[in-house]
Order: sequence, then structure tokens, then C-alpha cells
Amino acid sequence: MIWQKRSLVWLILVILLAPGCGGAPGDEIRIGINAELTGSKPTVGDSCKKAMELLASQVNAAGGLKLGDKKYRLKILVEDNEDKAESAAAVAQKLISQNNVLAIIGPNASGNAIPAARICEDNGVIMISPWSTNPKTTEGKKFVFRACFIDDFQGLVMAKFARDHLQAQTAAVLYDVASEYNKGIAEFFKQSFEAMGGRVVAFASYTKDDKDFSSQLTTIKAANPGVLFLPNYYNEVPLQVQQARRLGITCPFIGSDSWGSPEILTLCGVELEESYFSTHYAPDIATDTAQKFIKAYEAKYGKKPDDVAALTYDAGKLLLTAISQAGTLERQKVRDALAAVQEFEGVTGSMKFHGTGDPIKSAVIIHVTGCKFRFYSTVSP
Amino acid sequence: MLQILAQNVLNALQLGSVYALIALGYTMVYGILTMINFAHGDIFMVSAYLALAGATFLLGLPVGLPLFLVFTGALLFSMLVTALLGVTIERLAYRPLRQAPRVSAVITALGVGLFLENFTLGLLGPEPRHFPTLITLAPWEVAGLTITPLQVLIILLAAALMILLDLLVRRTLLGMAMRAISYNRPIVPLMGVPVDRVISLTFALGSAIAAAGGLMYGLAYPVLDPYMGVRIGWWAFIAAVVGGIGNIRGAMLGGFILGTVEVFTPLILPSSTYRDFVAFSLLLLLLVFKPTGLLGRPVFERV
Amino acid sequence: MTTSNKRKNLLTWLGAALLLAVAYFLPDTGLLNPYVVQILMYVGINMILTLALNLVNGYMGEFSVGHAGFMGIGAYVAAILTVAVLPRAVSAWCFPAVLLVGGLAAAAAGLIVAYPSFRTRGDYLAIVTLAFNMIVKSVLENIDALGGPRGYLGMPRLTNLFWVAAWVLITLIALRNLVQSNFGRGIMAIREDELAANLTSVDTRRLKLYAFLISAFFTGVAGGLYAHLLQFINPRSFSILKSTDMLVMVYLGGVGSLTGSLLGATIFTVLLELLRFLGIWRWVLGPLLLVLLMIFRPQGLMGFKEARWLRPARWLVSSEQ
Repeated sequence: MIWQKRSLVWLILVILLAPGCGGAPGDEIRIGINAELTGSKPTVGDSCKKAMELLASQVNAAGGLKLGDKKYRLKILVEDNEDKAESAAAVAQKLISQNNVLAIIGPNASGNAIPAARICEDNGVIMISPWSTNPKTTEGKKFVFRACFIDDFQGLVMAKFARDHLQAQTAAVLYDVASEYNKGIAEFFKQSFEAMGGRVVAFASYTKDDKDFSSQLTTIKAANPGVLFLPNYYNEVPLQVQQARRLGITCPFIGSDSWGSPEILTLCGVELEESYFSTHYAPDIATDTAQKFIKAYEAKYGKKPDDVAALTYDAGKLLLTAISQAGTLERQKVRDALAAVQEFEGVTGSMKFHGTGDPIKSAVIIHVTGCKFRFYSTVSP
Repeated sequence: MLQILAQNVLNALQLGSVYALIALGYTMVYGILTMINFAHGDIFMVSAYLALAGATFLLGLPVGLPLFLVFTGALLFSMLVTALLGVTIERLAYRPLRQAPRVSAVITALGVGLFLENFTLGLLGPEPRHFPTLITLAPWEVAGLTITPLQVLIILLAAALMILLDLLVRRTLLGMAMRAISYNRPIVPLMGVPVDRVISLTFALGSAIAAAGGLMYGLAYPVLDPYMGVRIGWWAFIAAVVGGIGNIRGAMLGGFILGTVEVFTPLILPSSTYRDFVAFSLLLLLLVFKPTGLLGRPVFERV
Repeated sequence: MTTSNKRKNLLTWLGAALLLAVAYFLPDTGLLNPYVVQILMYVGINMILTLALNLVNGYMGEFSVGHAGFMGIGAYVAAILTVAVLPRAVSAWCFPAVLLVGGLAAAAAGLIVAYPSFRTRGDYLAIVTLAFNMIVKSVLENIDALGGPRGYLGMPRLTNLFWVAAWVLITLIALRNLVQSNFGRGIMAIREDELAANLTSVDTRRLKLYAFLISAFFTGVAGGLYAHLLQFINPRSFSILKSTDMLVMVYLGGVGSLTGSLLGATIFTVLLELLRFLGIWRWVLGPLLLVLLMIFRPQGLMGFKEARWLRPARWLVSSEQ
């Protein structure tokens, strides 16, 4: 009996080991995707995956990426980080050690991106996060880049908007303390708003998976703010907005790029009307490059791309540009080529790099009205 | 200040009602089988999805039904199917383990819970779902407090169900059978009580009541995801233990205590992340000083 | 000591030395895919966890469902040492000491759980340990200096196959010796009938205390190894789900059996990896298998039996074959 079980264990180990031995890359460029496919914000991961697959299919349709005199096909390896920080770290490890990828695109949520970034940095693997806006993701790292602006800029943008356009003297903030992104941008907003002479009258927090915000909102209501800033993800904002209106809070709501997914409109009714949020791109003001991308995405998937998709496409293109310029698949050389990029014209606008992994970009403000996202204004740094 | 307090008391009542409804399920099953049904929180989650299905179906009918009919229809549908689910789980997973050591039953319960969560996730996908609004009346402003009809409905419905359950347990034959089984299970079949059937009915009742909680919760917090039962399940469990597990009135008391903890912790302590700490510390303290809970009877160990 | 016992001991030490040598040199030769090496390390860590939990749940018959709390304490304490206290250059040399400190911290926490265990048993102890687990998680979430719920990072990757193998061996040998001694007899007596054990001069309080301390210590060490493998920890890694995983490994492998623990840990870890291609359905199949296991074979694969090499020459307790 025991020997049978022992042999079973050895058999399993051998099965695991067999595909593990060796494994040379061959004629393909392997890029890993570390995406939030399940968990609380699956739309984000899904857009990321779709955009990269679109890019890969476009490049492979042309025969592959030309490096020297050979053409290399793109192979996209998608892994689900379940929107959990520890899984994001584990996925990064797996993509690096088992799949031997050249670079990793993602994770998108800063809470997941920060640990994954650490692992990529320690192992000398390039990582480009399309959507993570918290500064800590790239801070002090050489191998980690991003395709979007960072939160000290975004916090400033929304604070300015609240002061100038909404004429708000006082503001309240409700943010998720369990996530680097929410906490970071809440703090940046507070700093900027107060630096402009405003007063933040309530700065309340909750934890991920909390569904009831009544006590925090009751405190906020009593403080009577001119505007309520909700820098939270699209699955939580509807609840917050509904409960706020039910409690009788009448001030306008403003948000940040985490609102960008159109899912937020289905999850939430009229309560979100006349709100504003900052994000990375707006389909309404698309440039030619953007139009081509939007058309291709819609043709392949039947729906319009959101900001995550657009940013992922840009991140992918940025990576491919760097690979072409480096002329080789060596991680260090590609990394150096990436760091040498000064300006890049993408779907989401122009990105200027100033020696760090963070591009200088403009933000757009979206107005939620008539149950749709409508472009409102662009804010340049 | 008094206003904030009063408003929060109302919030606590609302949350407490939902916890109480779910805690009842835990306590009833423990009373009868001395088993902690850790899958109960996930039964609650499934019931919320069932209510969503029912409501969506009724709203989609070409006949424009008035909203309160949709509400009642969804409630009945969810309660019925969830009761069936509870009975099925009991039959398939718990009945074979009635004579087995306690440990197996607990692990099985955990396993069933995980299975329900991930099956729902696999079946319906990870996207959170929106629960349709079935209550469209405007909130009332009374003495500076904002009271919504939904809050009132939740509190009243929960109270009604609890009173009904209490009556059932104290005044009917079924209730007597349930109490008898909880006192001394081996003797009861000798008295002509169909133990298996009573146990199944207990599960059915507990699940149906949780389903009512599920619908209420779906209306109050209309974003559903497959893991929403996890946290609520644990809190309702604490509620049942705090009140005295096996004791129905204890479960109700426990539910409201937990609702109060959840609502008042962020006011007193700097952050809502302390909620879990307070709730579980409360549990721990109680277990050390009064293990049978606030309203429980002391249990003597037979040598 | 009989000659067969002596021979057995010699073989054991030789085998251990061989294993350690292999573990030390293998990763560098590149014979194995680094991913496979990583899996082996996870298997090792899980083995330590399972062995430790089996002491309390299997041999002593208690019902601890909160061991992930100990793991978390061990992990965080070890991580704090390598990230905030020790200079980077020294941390590789101090790794065993770091793990030891983590384990001791977890053992200290074991005191907190041991005391309620004197008064409660069965379900109530389960709830106490559960509450302990949740409280540890909650406390960690509220310490902002450790990153709170956002997690703690910056540990160097000090865990390698050699260290994992070393600690597995230490745990295994320590527990084997413990279990086959008077201490082990006392613990199993507690499992069979606590009142009778008390009446026959078994100091149940002291034994329970030691069992929890030892169990917590090794769990804490495993936590430290885990932290330095993943290079990132957050409170959520040490929640009730992790405790459930540990329970599954113990009951899968078999209670009251050291070989069973090794087996359970291996099968669980490897199976989870192999089934990764199932995606989300992996998490449906797993619990289903668990439930079926509980119904049809509740004692686990090797309940109360041991592999030949771990058995002593003479059995101590007649209830074992």
C-alpha cells in the first residue's frame, strides 16, 4: 500500500520535472501578462489581456518583429493574479523562472504592481505597468516602467478641478486603506487641495471588501463638504455613491482613473450623474493613431477599448520599440533601450520620459452625464 | 453629535438585522447537530444571486409587474430554492458524517463553502453583478435623521421572521422536536420523532431565513460578487457564538451586537480596519470568560 | 539501543546528509528548471507546516484551525529583521538566526493559544484558535509601519533548496523523537481520554503547553522561509484560508502520522500546481475532493500508520500496528 503511494508521489514529481528540463526560447519573443482576470476588478485584467493579444496578432500577422535579419513571433503568456498582491508576486516569479519571459506587462492595480515590481527588479526582468499610477511602483527601480502618469500629478489635477471648476472650499475623501493606489492618491489630493487654500473636512477610510460605508458617510455628511472625492475602484464606487445619496449627501462626486471602466455605469444608476473623474484618454477626442486602435479593437472584440486597454497597447508598443532599437533579446540591453526612449507617441497621447520610468503625460477629465462618459477637458502638466 | 449617534444606531439596526437572520441559521444547525455549518455564509451568497435571478426574470416579463410583487416573488423564489439547497447539502455532505468525529464535519463544511464560492465564480464569471432597485420610495427626513424605506423594511422583515421563528420553536410540534433533538439526540428517535426529517427541515428553515437576509442585503448593497458571503458568514458566526450558540434569541442579540460593532468601530477607532480586531477580540474574551455565550446554558461534560 | 535501532539511526543520518548535499548543489547545476526548484521549496515549507500542525491536531487530538496566525507572526518577525534591522550584507549569514527568532516569536504567541486550551476542548478550542488567527491578521493590518493591509516587501531571497531541506529534516527528526518518547505517549493519551490521562499522572497542562509551543515554533520558521521565498508578505496570506490549506494537508496525509504529513504536503502542493491549467475550476475541484475524502476516508491516506523507516524498532502504544 505504502509503496504504491510512494510511487504515485514520484510519478507526479517526474511528470512535473519532465517539461521542466531545458527549454530554449527559439524563434519567439515571450512576453508575460500579469493581469487581474478574477477578483474584484476583472474588467481591468480583461482589457489588458485583450489589448496585448490584439497587438500580438497584429505583429504576428506581419510575420513577427524584425530583429536584425530574422523575424520573431510574439508569444503572449497570460497569468491571472486574482487581484491579490501575494498572487501577483507569485505570478511574477512564475513568469520569470518557469516561462523565462523577456518582459512582463502588468499588473495594473498599484497594490499588485508594487510587489511584482520588486520581484522583477530583483531578478533583472523588465516590467511595464500600463495602469499603475502610484509612484512606488517605479521608485528607485531600473527595470520597471509605466505607461501612465503618476498620482502626485493626478491628485493635483483633481484638486485643481475641485477648486476651479466646482468652486469647492471644502472637500471630503473616502478611500480604501488596504490599497496603495487609493491611499496614495487620497493623500496627494489632500496635500494639493490644502496647498490651494481649501480645507479637507473629512478624510475617512474603509477596507477592501467593506460594503457598508454608512458610518463613514454619516461623519462626512455632518462635515458638509463641497465635494466628495472617491478615488476607488469601479466595483466599490457605486455602493458608496448610492449610500451617500441615500443618506442625503448632495454635493458632487469626483473620482480618479480607477473609475475608467464603463462597467461602473451598469453597476450604478442615476446617482453617478454629474460626476467628474480624471483618466488617461477619452475616445471622443481620439487622434488618428487612437482611431485606428479603437477600430481594430472594436472589430476584434465587439466593444470599445477602455483606458486600461489603450494604455496596455501603448505599453506593448513601447516595449516592441525598445526591443527593435536594442536589436537583441538580452534583458539588460532592452532595458537600456527602453530607458533611452525620450518621447513616444501612443494611443493615449504623447509620453515624454525624463530619465525615470514615469512618463509625463496629460490627463483628461471625463464628465459623467446622460449615463455616458463625455470628454470635458484636458489638463497638461 | 446626537444626530450622528442616532443615525448610526439606525445603520447598526439595519446591519444587525441581516447578521441576525444569518446567525439564526448557524445557531439552529448547531443546536440540532452540534455542528458549525461553515458553509452557511456561502448559502447566503447563493441566495442573493438567486434573488437576483428571480428579480431579473420577473422584471423582464412582458407584463409590467408592480415592484412590490417583484420583490415578493423574488423573496419567495429565493427562499424556496435556498431551502432546497440547504437540504441537499445536508443530505449529501453532512448526513454521512453524523457519526464521524467532529473534525471531519467541520472540514467538510469548510470544503462545501469553498466549493459554493468557486462554483459560483466559475459559473457566473468574476464580474460583480448589479442588483436591480426594487424600492423606489424616497427617504424621509425625520428630526434631522435620514430614514430610508429600505432600512425600515429590513428591520421590520427581520423582526417579523425572528418572531415567527421563535413562535415556531416554542409553540409547535416541529419546534418541540427540534428542541428535543438539541437536548438529547440518541433518545429522541425512541420517542417516535423522525429525526432525519426534522434535521432536514431545520436546514431548510435556516437556509430560507438566510435567503431573506440575502435579498435584503442585495437591496441594501446592490453589488454582488461570489466572495461576499465569506466575511458576512464569519461575522454572523461570531454573532451566533456571542449570543450563545444553540440559542435562537442569543443569535438575534448577537446579530445586533455585531451590527453595532461594525458601525461604531470606525467612529471610535481611527480606521475601519480595526473592525475585525474588535469583533474577534470580543469573541475571544467571551469564550474565555463565558464560553457558552451571553444567553447560553452552561454545558457539563459527562465523564 | 538494539542493533537494528542503531543501524536505523546511522542510515537516517547518512540519508539526511546526502539529501542536504543534493539540495545544496542541485539548483546551481541547472539540471532542474528553476520553477521546479521553487515548487520543491514550497513543498518543503508545506511539509514543515503540516508536520507542526499534525503534532497538535493529529497526535494530541486538539482542534486548532488558526495555525496560519503563527505562520504570519514568524514571517513578519523574520521579515522585519532582514528588512529593517540587519544590514543587507550580513543577512545571508544570519538567515538561520533570523528564522529562529521568527519561530520563537511564534512560539511566544503559542502561549496565548495554549492557555485557553486548558479550559476548552473541541469546538470551542477551534473557535478560540480561529479568533486568534483573525486577530493576528487584523493586528498586522493595522500596523502601518509594516505596510498594513498593503503588505510588506523588501526581503532578500534568502530561502533556497538547501535551507528548506535542512529545516524539513530538523522538523522531521525533532518531531519523530518527540512523538516516540514519553512526551509523545502523554500527548496521545490526551487525545484518547484527557480525563483518564490526568488521573494517571500525565501533566496535561504542561504537555499541552509544550505541544503548542513546539508546533507554533516550527510553523513560525516555515513562515520565515515563506517570506524570504516570495519576497512579499501581506496579512491576507495568513488568513483562515491558509489555515484551511494546512488542515487539508494534515487530514489528506493522515492524522497521527509523520509520513502522512510529508505525503499530504507533497500531494497537495504538487496537485495544485498541476491543476493550474484548470484555472478557476481548480478551486472547485479541490474542495470537492476534500469533501469526498472526508466522507469516504476520514483518517486520511496514512492515518496513524508510519512508513517503515520512521517506525521505531518497538512500538510504544498498542493502538498502533
